Amino acid sequence: MQMQTDLLQEARRQAEICNACRYCEGYCSVFPALHAERAFGDGDLTQLANLCHNCRGCYYACQYTAPHEFDLNLPQALANVRQDSWEDLAFPRVAGKAFQKNGVLIAVAAVIGFALLFWAARMLGSQGGEGFYAVLSHNAMVAIFLPAFVFPLVSIGISLRRYWRRVEAGPFRVAQLVKAVRQAADMRNLKGGHGDGCNFEDEDRFSHARRMAHQAVMYGFLLCFAATSVATVMHYALNMPAPYGLLSAPKLLGLSGGVLLVLGCTEMIRLKLRSDRTLGARGAFGGEIAFVGLLGFVGLSGLVLYALGQTALMPLLLAVHLGAVLAFFLLMPFTKMAHGFYRLAALTVNAGK
Amino acid sequence: MTLSDTPDLVVIGGGNAALCAAITAAEAGARVLILEAAPKPYRGGNSRHTRNFRCMHHGPLGPLTDSYTEEEYLADLLKVTGGKTHEGLARLAIRSSEECLPWMEQHGVRFQPSLSGTLSLARTNAFFLGGGKGLVNAYYRTAERLGVRVAYEASVTHLELNDDRIDFIDYTQNGETHRVAPKSVVVASGGFQADTDWLARAWGPAAKNFLIRGTPYNRGVVLADLLDQGVEQVGDPTQCHAVAIDGRAPKFDGGIVTRLDCVPFSIVVNKNAERFYDEGEDVWPKRYAIWGRLVAAQPDQVGYVIIDAKSLNLFMPSVFPPIKADTLEELAEKMDLPAEALAKTVAEFNAACGDTSGFHPTELDGVATTGLTPPKTNWARPITEPPFYGYSLRTGVTFTYLGLKVDERAQCAIGNRPVSNLWAAGETMAGSILGQGYLAGFGMTIGTVFGRIAGKEAAAHANAN
Repeated sequence: MQMQTDLLQEARRQAEICNACRYCEGYCSVFPALHAERAFGDGDLTQLANLCHNCRGCYYACQYTAPHEFDLNLPQALANVRQDSWEDLAFPRVAGKAFQKNGVLIAVAAVIGFALLFWAARMLGSQGGEGFYAVLSHNAMVAIFLPAFVFPLVSIGISLRRYWRRVEAGPFRVAQLVKAVRQAADMRNLKGGHGDGCNFEDEDRFSHARRMAHQAVMYGFLLCFAATSVATVMHYALNMPAPYGLLSAPKLLGLSGGVLLVLGCTEMIRLKLRSDRTLGARGAFGGEIAFVGLLGFVGLSGLVLYALGQTALMPLLLAVHLGAVLAFFLLMPFTKMAHGFYRLAALTVNAGK
Repeated sequence: MTLSDTPDLVVIGGGNAALCAAITAAEAGARVLILEAAPKPYRGGNSRHTRNFRCMHHGPLGPLTDSYTEEEYLADLLKVTGGKTHEGLARLAIRSSEECLPWMEQHGVRFQPSLSGTLSLARTNAFFLGGGKGLVNAYYRTAERLGVRVAYEASVTHLELNDDRIDFIDYTQNGETHRVAPKSVVVASGGFQADTDWLARAWGPAAKNFLIRGTPYNRGVVLADLLDQGVEQVGDPTQCHAVAIDGRAPKFDGGIVTRLDCVPFSIVVNKNAERFYDEGEDVWPKRYAIWGRLVAAQPDQVGYVIIDAKSLNLFMPSVFPPIKADTLEELAEKMDLPAEALAKTVAEFNAACGDTSGFHPTELDGVATTGLTPPKTNWARPITEPPFYGYSLRTGVTFTYLGLKVDERAQCAIGNRPVSNLWAAGETMAGSILGQGYLAGFGMTIGTVFGRIAGKEAAAHANAN
């Protein structure tokens, strides 16, 4: 393990103060888990950090925040450990270190994605396909995207296995995962315990803005993913190749998903810009904004491609969209996107306790 | 401040009682200005450190289970005050508490189930989600939505009392002096415990060594100013409510995390390594408060708790880790205690311990010493199992009893007549009800009930004049 001991030590110091206070017990899953411990090992802190949704309720309610000498800022302390754990647990580790906090590098990766697709379209061409396949053949697309899909899955699988060991989670039970998925589905931990939402964009005011934006992003992404999955099944199993009509399953799923993704990412960036950055992970703001931007761009370029798919701009738009998708997938384990998987793992671990 | 800006009503203070008064008055149509001495991050006085509200109820109410009747509530209060209670005002506070809880929820306060380690209060006390600062934040949001203006770092220096009326208030803010002449004034600015000179005058020089558990802004400036001008006072001017807290706590504002719950499982010695009181007299919540005085009576106002490894996990963790050593000699050295004397005290204690098979950490188990002075009458197990742990104890002042005497309309008096436009709420008048002792969550009840009464009466006066 190569996590930063100063970050762990600071989180430990703060967790011990929280454990002597307990006023925040009702806000989220972190505090009951924290109060069940008496001493905090590195694994415990990593688990608490990944359980924390950064709703910030505890910060604004805390009587020990600066200028008080105890200088509590639990959302930041846990965000720092969380961010560090993603970098440390990433496979390969060097990629996690490179991208997590580096918005510029994420943008560069996206541009490389565009370039790669332009190159592929020019060099590999259509080989007699129609529609989008007139730009790049189906086989060429599969050849590019199958590895780009399998690699992040393998990488994240390895990371989650490392995580499970790091936090000493014990045997896995399906019932835990079911409970965790249920909690993630409506983001119970962003409701603030009282159901009024979280603190984010306007200091101590509670609102559901962040939860709603986050829900839009998550369900938008899942719908887009479902659209691709359905299309794959239709292509191979039902012998129904693209293009599909407006009322087909892939289009309905993809369009609604794309709209949700664009709206969600736009709102998320707006909220992030208004939030207090000192309550998030140190130095991670740029990387987070770049990631949300890339994800939103995937949705937006997909929608534009659909709207202008019958025009001369189509080949250009297709390359841009697919380039963004490629960058997004390849970076998945090394950007903020990874948090979804770790969060689900943390909720699953917590459900077993 | 221009004439059109002049508020109808000024609330002095920025904690729970002040906010309840300001919100109630603003809802009655008054233009309200809050003068809060603290800067914004420290707003809220001692309410920042509170966590619950003791509430009468017939049947389940909000987070509260079962029921808690007026008679039971009053009996609990009389027990802790030893009868030093104004029964009329106490009954008013208790009776009104039931309608306060939904009012609090309507004005933004959110409750949570009883915290871990506080199950004994689940029936009687409603816990604020996030604690008192969460409550204070919610009330400031509500007040500002109602048009209440808030001036932070606004220290009131003088209230000009003429005959039976407050004519104007002087305060300073950002180094400038301001004068404001509202129609009504509500004082909700707490006691004087943060003025350690005053404490030392009242209690004796030992008070210089006390720690103040709450806000450093309750210096009693307004209280002293009004008492000097003859406004009626109530409560023992020499007394404060104090508990024993971790000796390493900050001078001010250490709050809840500095409490130590380990005394029943320990022996407590003074700086000469001598025991001075029965550590096992009763369960800790019932004995918490007396140890502030016990420690205050020891040389240098300091005590030392000694436990061994078998007791370490029997109590709630506190903010500072205990001092740890493999031998008693080493522990004595680390804690600056005379090693020989400590060894002797522990040996005598251990020898006086008997059969410990009946030990039960959460009940009066009768596991007692024999032939020891002072005895330990429960949880007496020999201190033998290394490593040994120690904490220092100091007196932590929660609040002072001296305050403004009010009637059932929360109005202040001079001689035998009311001051026509002056009301008081919260800690600054709590001495009217609490003569001594303290009942968990009752301070917030007094603040909420009398804050609302003061706000209503003061607004009615302002609206009529």
